[in-house]
Amino acid sequence: MKKQITITINGEAFTREVESRLLLVHFIRDELGLTGTHIGCDTSNCGACTILIDGMSVKSCTTFAVQADGCEITTIEGVAQNGQFHALQEGFKEEHGLQCGFCTPGMIMRSIDMLNKNTNPTEEEIRWGISGNLCRCTGYVNIVKAIQYAAKKMAEPQETAEA
Amino acid sequence: MEEKKLKLPYGIPGHNLTEIERVVPADEPPAWPINDKLKVVGKSVRRTDALAKVTGAAKYTADIQLSGMLIGKFLRAPHPNATIRSIDTSAAERHPGVYGVHVITHHKHDGDESGPGEFPEIKYAGQPVAGVAAVDMPTAIEAVKLIKVIYDTKPFVVDLEEAQKPESPLVYDAPVDQQETDGGGGSESGLGLNGNVRGPSRGGGPRGDLEKGFAGADIILENTYRTQVHTHSSLETHGCVVDWKPDNITIYASTQSTKGVRNEFANHFNLNKSQVRVICEFMGGGFGSKHSAGDFGLMAGHLSKKTGRPVKLMLDRQEEHISGGNRPNSIQYYKLGAKKNGELVAMYQRSHGTGGVSLGAGVGHIAEAMYTCPNFTTEQYDVLTHASPGAAWRAPGNVQGAFGLESLIDELAEKLGMDPLKLRDKIDPSEIRKVERKRGAEKFNWARRKKANSDTGTVKKGLGMAQGHWPRIVHIDSTAEVRAYRDGGVEVRSSVQDIGTGTKTIMAQVVAEELGLQAEDITVSIGDTAFPDGPSSGGSIATGSITPAARSAAYQLKLKLFDQVAKNLGADASDLVAENGQIVSKKDAAKKVPFKEALRKMRYEQISASGSRADDYEGFAYGTIAHGELGSVQFAEVSVDTETGFIQVDKIVAAHSCGRPLNPKQIESQINGGVIQGIAYALYEDRIMDKATGQQVNKNLHQYKLPMSFETPEIENIIVEEYPARSNTDAYGIGEPANISTAVAVANAVYNAIGVRIKELPITPAKVLAALNKA
Repeated sequence: MKKQITITINGEAFTREVESRLLLVHFIRDELGLTGTHIGCDTSNCGACTILIDGMSVKSCTTFAVQADGCEITTIEGVAQNGQFHALQEGFKEEHGLQCGFCTPGMIMRSIDMLNKNTNPTEEEIRWGISGNLCRCTGYVNIVKAIQYAAKKMAEPQETAEA
Repeated sequence: MEEKKLKLPYGIPGHNLTEIERVVPADEPPAWPINDKLKVVGKSVRRTDALAKVTGAAKYTADIQLSGMLIGKFLRAPHPNATIRSIDTSAAERHPGVYGVHVITHHKHDGDESGPGEFPEIKYAGQPVAGVAAVDMPTAIEAVKLIKVIYDTKPFVVDLEEAQKPESPLVYDAPVDQQETDGGGGSESGLGLNGNVRGPSRGGGPRGDLEKGFAGADIILENTYRTQVHTHSSLETHGCVVDWKPDNITIYASTQSTKGVRNEFANHFNLNKSQVRVICEFMGGGFGSKHSAGDFGLMAGHLSKKTGRPVKLMLDRQEEHISGGNRPNSIQYYKLGAKKNGELVAMYQRSHGTGGVSLGAGVGHIAEAMYTCPNFTTEQYDVLTHASPGAAWRAPGNVQGAFGLESLIDELAEKLGMDPLKLRDKIDPSEIRKVERKRGAEKFNWARRKKANSDTGTVKKGLGMAQGHWPRIVHIDSTAEVRAYRDGGVEVRSSVQDIGTGTKTIMAQVVAEELGLQAEDITVSIGDTAFPDGPSSGGSIATGSITPAARSAAYQLKLKLFDQVAKNLGADASDLVAENGQIVSKKDAAKKVPFKEALRKMRYEQISASGSRADDYEGFAYGTIAHGELGSVQFAEVSVDTETGFIQVDKIVAAHSCGRPLNPKQIESQINGGVIQGIAYALYEDRIMDKATGQQVNKNLHQYKLPMSFETPEIENIIVEEYPARSNTDAYGIGEPANISTAVAVANAVYNAIGVRIKELPITPAKVLAALNKA
C-alpha cells in the first residue's frame, strides 16, 4: 500500500508516494540519490546509516520512510553550510579520523547530536557516545581526536560574518 | 640494460645509519636523503580524499546508479552438502519486474568447478545456486523464492577435529589444488588428500637434523594452541556493478585489485583484457578478502550479459559472513628444544586448520622465518570442511602462527626464568626488531613488569609482549603515469586502488616531492584499469610497489620539462632542479622559473611520462617477488577480573617499521586498526558453526562481536625509520605487520596477570574462569 509523505531533507521538502515497507535509508539513497548515508548491516548495529531526524541521531536502516513523515532530516550532504565545513568535518580531515571512510558519515551525524547535547565531553563520554557506530579500520583513535578537535573548535567564540 | 652506481642511505637512524653504494638501472632517479631532509615525503600531510569522505561525495560501489540498472540477488543453497537434482526457474522468470535468471551450471564458463552432473555439488550452506536480476531489491527477493530446487542432501561435517576422523563425510573425493589469488590463499600444489586432510605442506623444507637437535636440548616444551575462525566484516560488503555492452564491459567493484578482477573477468568470459574495464574509486575496507572478481561478480556479469542492462549485486551482512571470506582456524602443535641459556636447538611444528571448502590454512611461515632455529621442521595440513571458503586476512597464516609461536617462546622464557625480551635478544637475528624491542620497552616501561600472578586483588594487572614477522614483498609489475598540463595541473595515474589506507595521499606526496611541489598540487587518478597496471592492495605490497613507479614517472616527466625550459633559461638541462615550486639552476640561482610558469610555456597542451617498478636494487629480479623483513614488536597491558573473567586491555605499545615512512599519521592509523583487529581476535570475535545443521549461528553484527570504541585501549605507536636501500622511495607497507602480534601480546599479558596460560582464542571470560578453576 502506498502512502504520501512529505519529508524535509537538508532544508528541501520532498513529497512522494512510497510503499509503507520502504526503509528510510532506501528513500534517502534510492529515491533522492543522497548516497552519503551508507548501509553496513541492516540491523542497526554498525551505524553507517546514521542521520538526524529533528536533530536526533537515528539509524535510518531500521526506520520506515513513513515514520519520518513531516520531519526535518539532515544527512551528511547537508552538514556543510554555505560552503563552510562543519567543525566535525574539519576535525575528521585534520586528525586523520578516517581510512576507508565508509563509517565516516554515520560517525559525523552521531557526533553532531552528541556535541549538541554535551559541548565539552570527556574522552570516555565520546567513546560511549559513538559506541553505536562501528569502524573496522582506524581503531577509533583518530575518530576520538577528530571529535575532540570539533568540540574545542565549537566552543570557541563564533566569528561574526562580515557583511 | 644500462646501469649506474648510486649511494643511498642505509640502516636505522639513531642506531646504525650509514650509506651504501648500489648498482641500479641507469634511468632510476637520484637517491633521496633520509626523511628529515625532505619537504613533503615523511610528513603527515592531510589525506587527499578526506573532503570527499566527510561530505558524502565519495561514491562507493553500492552508490553507483546507472540508467536502467537492475538489482541482482543470489539464491543460496540451504544445505551444507547436497546434490542438485533439478532447478525450475520458470515462475521466477515470469514474475513481473524480473529481467533475467542465471543458473550456475557446469557448462563452459558457467561454473567455477568441473565435475559430474549438470550443476556443481553444494559443499557449504550458503553456496550460490542461481541469481536473478530485477527492477528492485524487493522484487529480486520475491523472485529468488520462486526458484524451485530439488536437493539430495548428504551428511556433512563443519568441525575441524571431526572432519579429520576417517569416518567423516568427505568434502572432496579426489585430491584438490587451488591457485593462489593476488591476495594469497591457495596452497602448494600436488599434495595428497587423506580423507579430508590435505598435506603436509612443509614450507621451505626442513632445516638441519631435528632428532639430533632435541638430543642436545636441556629443556623440551610441548604444547598445543588453538585459534578460531574470524570473519573480515568490512563495513562495506562485497559487491559490484557490471555494465555489459556489446564491445566492452565496465565493472564497478569494491576490490583490492582492479587488475585482478579484470584478468579474472576476461578469463571467465573469454574476452580480451582490453575489453574489460574495472573501476574502484572508493572502497569500504577489505583486509584481504576483496581480491577476486567473486562469485557475485561473475553472477552480475552473466545477468548483465543476459539482460543487456547494468546489474548491481551487493551482498547483505548475512551473506558477507557466510560467503565473504574468513581467516581459517587452527590447531597448532609445537615441540621445542632449547639450551639453558635460551638458545633454540630444535623446533617441530604441526598444524591443522580449515578454510572450509578452500585451502590456505597453513600457519607455519612465522615459526620457520622469525627465529633461525637450526633444526626445524613444519608440517601444515589443510582440513576440508563443509563451510564457506576462507580468504587472505592481514598477514595470512602469520597471525594464527604468531599466537602459537609467541605463546611458546613466552612459556620458554618463563621456564628458563628469563625475561621474555632478553630471551628474544638472544634468539632473534633481526636488527630491526632489536631496535623495536629497545624503544618499545622504554616507552611501555617494561621494567615495571612483575612475576606472573603477583597482584593480590580481584583485578590483576599483567604485562606481555610478542613479535611479528612479515616478508617485505613487492610486485615488480607496477606502473604509473604522470601527466602535466599547460594550465599547471599535475596528475598521477595507475590502476592501483586505495583500499582506504591512503595510497592516493602517498602517491601525491611522492610525485610532489620529486617535482618540488606540494601534495595538494597533485591530482591522483587511480583505481581504474584504463590507467597503467598497478599492484593489488594486499600483503602490504602496494606502497613498496607503486611509489617507486610513481617517483620514476615524475622524474622522467621532470627531465622532459627541464629539456623544454633549459634553453629559455640559458642553462644546461642537467644543471636544473625542481624545488619549492621553482625550476632553478644549481649553478646560478638567478636562472629560475616557477614550475607552473614552465608548464604554461610548454609546446604541447600536455606532457606525460611513465615509470615502472625497477627490480629491487641489487636484490630481486623481474619475475620474482622481493623478500625482506617487516619486523614488529608489540607490548600489552591488561587487567583481568578474576571473579568475572572479564579482560580489559589497558594499553598497547606498537613498535613497527615499514622502511621509509611516507606519512606517519596514516601509518599510525593503520597500526591502530591492526591493533583493534588483534584485540578482536584475542578476546571477542568467533564464527560459530552449528555442528547439527552446518549453519553459521552468528551471521550478523550483534552476535558476531566487533570491538566498539570504548573497548579500544590507549595505543602508542613507535615508527622505526629504516632504509634497506632497495628502491627509489625505500617505502613499504604496514597493513600486515600491524595485525600480527597484538593478540598473542594480550594473551601473554593475561598469563602474566593470572599465572595461568590460556592456549585457545578468543580468550573469553568463560575460558578465563575455567582456567582459574583448574589451576
